[in-house]
Amino acid sequence: MTKLPKWADLALVPIISLVLAALCAALVLLAIGQDPLAALAVMVNGALGSASGWGYTLYYATSFIFTGLAVTVAFHGGLFNIGGEGQALLGGLGVALACLFIPWPHWSLALIGAAVLGMAFGGAWAAVPAYLQAKRGSHIVITTIMFNYIAAALMVYLLVDFLRPPGSMDPASARFAAELSLPKFHDMPFLQDFLLKYDPEGAVKLTKDGLPQYQRVPANITFFIALACAYLVWLLMWHTRLGYEIRAFGKQEKAANYAGISSFKITMTAMMISGALSGLMAINNVMGQSERLLQNSAEGAGFIGIAVALMGRNHPVGVILAAVLFGFLYQGGAALGMNTTIPVELRTVLQGLVILFTGALNMMVAQMLGWFFRPRAQTRKGGA
Amino acid sequence: MDYATLLQVLDSSIRLATPLLLACLAGLYSERAGVFDIGLEGKMLIAAMTSASVAAIYGSVWLGLVAGVLASMAFALIHGVASITFRGNQLISGVALNFVAAGITVLIAQHLFGQGGRTPSLEGAARFLPIDLPLAGAFASVPVVGTLYAEVISGHSLLVYAAALLVPLTAFVLYRTRYGLRLRAVGENPASVDTAGVSVRNLRYSAVLITGVLCGLAGVYLACALQAGFGRDMTAGRGYIALAALIFAKWRPWHALWACLLFGFFQALALRPDVVETVTFMKVPVPFLDALPYMLTVIVLAGLVGKAIPPRAGGEPYVKER
Repeated sequence: MTKLPKWADLALVPIISLVLAALCAALVLLAIGQDPLAALAVMVNGALGSASGWGYTLYYATSFIFTGLAVTVAFHGGLFNIGGEGQALLGGLGVALACLFIPWPHWSLALIGAAVLGMAFGGAWAAVPAYLQAKRGSHIVITTIMFNYIAAALMVYLLVDFLRPPGSMDPASARFAAELSLPKFHDMPFLQDFLLKYDPEGAVKLTKDGLPQYQRVPANITFFIALACAYLVWLLMWHTRLGYEIRAFGKQEKAANYAGISSFKITMTAMMISGALSGLMAINNVMGQSERLLQNSAEGAGFIGIAVALMGRNHPVGVILAAVLFGFLYQGGAALGMNTTIPVELRTVLQGLVILFTGALNMMVAQMLGWFFRPRAQTRKGGA
Repeated sequence: MDYATLLQVLDSSIRLATPLLLACLAGLYSERAGVFDIGLEGKMLIAAMTSASVAAIYGSVWLGLVAGVLASMAFALIHGVASITFRGNQLISGVALNFVAAGITVLIAQHLFGQGGRTPSLEGAARFLPIDLPLAGAFASVPVVGTLYAEVISGHSLLVYAAALLVPLTAFVLYRTRYGLRLRAVGENPASVDTAGVSVRNLRYSAVLITGVLCGLAGVYLACALQAGFGRDMTAGRGYIALAALIFAKWRPWHALWACLLFGFFQALALRPDVVETVTFMKVPVPFLDALPYMLTVIVLAGLVGKAIPPRAGGEPYVKER
């Protein structure tokens, strides 16, 4: 097989994979009698066509950056963490407990407290499968899947029997105190200028007090925390001893052991960092958006992290780009569900196809590109 | 708890164990040949949707069966292409196909029937109906043994008995035929099979396709026998539980039967919180019972009941040396 140039391997392979996934999804849409191009137009319009669309896209992207980074860290350690969903649910529990039961004086302190507790819960939920893998050799893929189901059952139990406010019917916790509400994009200077509401004549709409009105979006301050986390993961993986050890362990476990790297320590640390990142996601969806703990708070973001990490080639920069892409798919898919007869499940199909092409058929894509790059390389050799 | 209640629980254990057993045997073929398959879940789901749709439209459960099995085989083939031909990551391929199946089943069912991703209820010839075994009526009056035969063993659908027969059949194929020997060899040491002049690729493809057939049967059973129609995500993690049962059984057919019956029993208990309460004298929360099969799986995986050693070449694509 022809070795691809580095830029083609890094940029072209994911792009081609994405195109193939999109083509397959288009075929599915044609098969069920829908127009793929019209669907794409609805998605682009719903997710990127307006500032408030972007507000939703970036809100979803925030969650996916966290879970994508989580999968990335585990992947570098040779561990496939499918448990991001359960870890994010537990993270949501940690965040909710912090927000419900501690009287924070200010949202910023609450954010720090909630983040710490969310990370601790998520990390602890990942620590059990990690321990079982490291000490008992039980396959981490299966145990993390099981922990997703156990987490879901645990959340139902806690919400129904403990956290549900008296008299309420839905399995959800009480609302967090209003002063813990995180600043959204429409509360932030500069960013809010994009979200101004206009009346039909093109003038800015004003409230009774003469202040400008803004469109409300769920994207919030945690987006910047997600970006900071991406930077920290980059630092950790490529500029610290621990990151080096995780990567060495992931590439060749035996060689890493021989070099004095402990399998137990790395499995535990990599998985707990991974779980903590998944758990940290809850500051976005639980604290930033719903402001109470819902039954299925993670809404599949833990699984999308797999697609994001694969698409982003396990690099924080790639993860951010892929997370925004999936934010677009998610918000665009919601727009499809609202404005067309195409069910929102189309995004699950797309997600699966992206995982398939980037994670399992990557050799096929690379081979296809290899045919493209081979003749040029040979002529160059022939000419010299 | 009286004897009649016990019989009821055992009866529903068998019903719930059947899809697990079919999926577990499905996984056994693939994994014994060295191809890990996380995608049992997805194949069951696509088979369930396809069979229920075809059975609902044409009114024949047999057409549904054929269509469901073919759909599952198509997914198995994609998994085979990704993991055998293109030497991709088998775990990721399985996970990906599960997502594709979860989404595409709803898209198609919604397109066909417009009932929120469900198929219409199946009735009559569109469903596998219970079969009374010979003399079930006559034995029913015999205490203990007779009622056990009439209530628990008799009165299931055809696929339940087919699944039970597949256990000895699989054991025979695996341990008493040339194909079985080669299948086990290709999962332990593919190079040796290759050296003997047998195609590793063909063997693995055949195993993956058998997995497709059996997962298809599991899905058909779910939609056309256990329940009357397809509903979104109706597999509810059964593919993963089957995988866990396979590990519990250490990749052996007879042990798979016992493992699946045990997991089926736990699922049956989760449906009867009243029974659990009278036996344990405690109020056990329903979510705990729901999570019980998954927790048991973790305990099993933790090796608290013996260490499970997978086929040695499992999960690794075979690269012919040049």
